Amino acid sequence: MVPHTATLLYLDGITVSFDGFWALNNLSLTVEAGEMRAVIGPNGAGKTTMMDIITGKTRPDGGEAFFDGTHDLTGLDETQIAELGIGRKFQKPTVFESHSVEDNLLLALKSDRRARKTLLWRETPEVSGRIDRLLETIRLTPFRDRIAGGLSHGQKQWLEIGMLLAQEPKLLLVDEPVAGMTDAETRQTVELLKEINRDRTVVVVEHDMAFVRELGVRVTVLHEGAVIAEGSIDQVSANERVIEVYLGR
Amino acid sequence: MIASPLIRALDRVSVIFLGLLVIVALGVPVLNLLLPPSSAWHVPTYLVSLFGKYVCYALLALSIDLIWGYCGILSLGHGAFFALGGYAMGMYMMRQIGTRGVYGHPVLPDFMVFLNWKELPFYWYGFQHFGFAMLMVVLVPGVLAFVFGWFAFRSRVTGVYFSIITQALTFALMLGFFRNNFGFGGNNGLTDFKDILGFNVQAQGTRAALFAISVAALAAGFYLCRAIVTSKFGKVLIAIRDAESRTRFLGYRVEAYKLLVFTLSAAMAGIAGALYVPQVGIINPSEFTPGNSIEAVIWVAVGGRGTLLGAVIGAILVNFAKTTFTTGALAPYWLFLLGGLFIGVTLLLPRGIVGTIRHWWHGRRGRTTGDVPLMATPAE
Repeated sequence: MVPHTATLLYLDGITVSFDGFWALNNLSLTVEAGEMRAVIGPNGAGKTTMMDIITGKTRPDGGEAFFDGTHDLTGLDETQIAELGIGRKFQKPTVFESHSVEDNLLLALKSDRRARKTLLWRETPEVSGRIDRLLETIRLTPFRDRIAGGLSHGQKQWLEIGMLLAQEPKLLLVDEPVAGMTDAETRQTVELLKEINRDRTVVVVEHDMAFVRELGVRVTVLHEGAVIAEGSIDQVSANERVIEVYLGR
Repeated sequence: MIASPLIRALDRVSVIFLGLLVIVALGVPVLNLLLPPSSAWHVPTYLVSLFGKYVCYALLALSIDLIWGYCGILSLGHGAFFALGGYAMGMYMMRQIGTRGVYGHPVLPDFMVFLNWKELPFYWYGFQHFGFAMLMVVLVPGVLAFVFGWFAFRSRVTGVYFSIITQALTFALMLGFFRNNFGFGGNNGLTDFKDILGFNVQAQGTRAALFAISVAALAAGFYLCRAIVTSKFGKVLIAIRDAESRTRFLGYRVEAYKLLVFTLSAAMAGIAGALYVPQVGIINPSEFTPGNSIEAVIWVAVGGRGTLLGAVIGAILVNFAKTTFTTGALAPYWLFLLGGLFIGVTLLLPRGIVGTIRHWWHGRRGRTTGDVPLMATPAE
């Protein structure tokens, strides 16, 4: 386990507005290296916008975002941020539908991303070994040659998590990994995320409270673009503000 | 599995197709030149030139399929790169005319003498050298595509917006080339060519040779495209086509990939245009008409997008149909047929000819395919 000493992700006072609507309103959040963090909140709380800020898809109107102490995320684009070691899984599973499972992982594997390198690239036994191990981790070994578009919803979610792992990121951002999964698949996903957390920092955004409870990690609650509570799942579910937001008055 | 990138490109169908091209490149000139016109196997010279023209169109279609079928970049202005390559070749052949022109000026082409120009504009310098002209055939379309693409891809202009500005590009060039003071012969363009590398362009032997060279260029273009699409680079292109922002979050510099493949494709289109001009004997601004570029996209759609082979087959079939129709009583209805063809293919044969056959073939053998998805589902 990575020692909990350094702050890996640091967001301070992040503000984003879309046409006068405040998607994020003075949001501050820090994630320690090696931690797994769950971010919850009702619809429109700003969870996905927060991911967009971290991955460079959206620029904040104000505030600071630092990764690994020194990298200012607000000045970098998606590619540069991915190179720094932040991987992202989307809410809707996005895999490359017309590629095979193997090629999806191959494209994600940490490697030189420059065009002239991929033009002359050749497969090596080392690469296929890495793909073998990834397939085992995400439980898709029998589906290696399948076209990704033909996988079930849950399998696509896992494949996307596998692609994240293949990137060997320092920080994984996982957006609603169990949306649309069966209970059995959800349990397997919990195990998978815990396994991943052994050597990587993970931020999970989720709706499903039962899933978050099973993860058993520190929880941050967002509402209207700001953090309203943080702590263990029991602490935040006892918080009055949280109850109010989730259940309404 | 661990094959060299150059061998990996050759699957069974590609080998058969390339073999066929070699037979055609050698066989047709032989049947044209060595057999007497009375023989049943004799290929008349007009047919050699006609099919030579189709082969150039096929190379243009191939260049469009490379970017549209594999990277999702729909250029509706590829005719511009084709025409620029054609103009570069035309300029070389104009300079070869020398004193044989109507006005007999040793340096200035006829149209410049007619316009009372006293000296050659600087951008015509060097075109008397074949090597320089051939360099320009690739360089002019390539550099234009690079600059255009650099701005467009960096600003993340995609989809229909990109298609529209490529239309604007070719339209703007058309307007420019129509002007006499642009220095490319205005609406008459460049014509009345005499010879190429010392050979008479009208001669039967030259025409047969141009045909063979065009087929060879098509074969080389096909092989190059195959090598690209079967490499890891090609897999990244397909990834960009299917989920552009996902590719970006994986750390790939999407704009660099697009720029490289777009520039390459434009250079290929330029070569196609350069081979086309000596075979038809003229290049004029009508080659820049937006309609031409759209027609070329229809060839690819009919043959099967994202199959390479389909682009070649589509270009030849549609152009053969065009020649057949526009020379008969049905000539006024050709455009209706072309429009109908595009709608028909989109509705009934969305994978195109080759795509449909391939899909059926893989389906019969119980395999799943890596087809172009029928409906794009861009990632947000």
